[in-house]
Amino acid sequence: MLLIRCPYCEEERPELEFRHAGEAHIARSAEMSELSDDEFEKFLFIRQNPKGLIFERWRHVHGCGRFFNAARDTVSDKFHLTYKAGEPRPDITLMAPSGPSAWANRDPAELNVNTPDRDKGA
Amino acid sequence: MVDMTNVARRPIFAGRQTTAPNASVTVAPPASRLSLRAPAESVAGLSSVLGLDLPTQPKTSASSGSRHALWLGPDEWLVIDEAGADLAALIKPVAAFHSAVDVSHRNAAFVVSGKGAATAINAGCPQDLSLAAFPVGAASRTILHKVEIVLYRTGEDAFRVECWRSFADYAFTFLTEAARDA
Repeated sequence: MLLIRCPYCEEERPELEFRHAGEAHIARSAEMSELSDDEFEKFLFIRQNPKGLIFERWRHVHGCGRFFNAARDTVSDKFHLTYKAGEPRPDITLMAPSGPSAWANRDPAELNVNTPDRDKGA
Repeated sequence: MVDMTNVARRPIFAGRQTTAPNASVTVAPPASRLSLRAPAESVAGLSSVLGLDLPTQPKTSASSGSRHALWLGPDEWLVIDEAGADLAALIKPVAAFHSAVDVSHRNAAFVVSGKGAATAINAGCPQDLSLAAFPVGAASRTILHKVEIVLYRTGEDAFRVECWRSFADYAFTFLTEAARDA
């Protein structure tokens, strides 16, 4: 069983107490109504899904109940570190990610966000 | 019309208990409970009214007589009064910002004791319950197989397991089987 360090409980707890809560550091626009459909799609649906290091939100749901952020390797499932929600993203170069694949670690803008042909004429 | 003479409060599982060679499970008598949430600035005011210092360190508790305050989160406590004091009324005059909800009847509690108590709970709870990691007085919200519980170590060989009332049948049966195996 994985042991995950909760930054609020200040100790490692068994993974059964935690829930995954999606990718971290996705900022909601202050002017949501002014976003284009493409921008909104990027915000709501498009995720990096890298092979290797990923920053994720986790929730200690059967413990202190708090959301926090974690840097995890999706290949080895190793948690590099966890930190409290609201703290800045730690320096990625301090960690050793496993080798990237062809699609890994790309900016969301480079991923599949092309407008379908049927919507272009509208 | 309901015949009021037949209406009586029946405590959950009253009288049921399991006794195995190494561990026993008994139903704790009814108690009053308070789900308390408050920011750090309000802790001092609430503590003085409750008559105990609300713990601020993770996995700790504070006790005063029959009243216990268990740390659940950075701004959340479960206050238990085994004597049944009206905790919500007690808290009401506090002006400092807080949220207090009486959950006396939401929870049921079991007492697991005996030299196999930790082993019995570990049948469904993945936490390290050694005395070094979970000393007497430690308290934590965690899980017992499929149900969420609040675990409170009251002695070296004694735990109080608080679970939601609707899960009590499952928790009691699970602890019974675990105690027999402990």
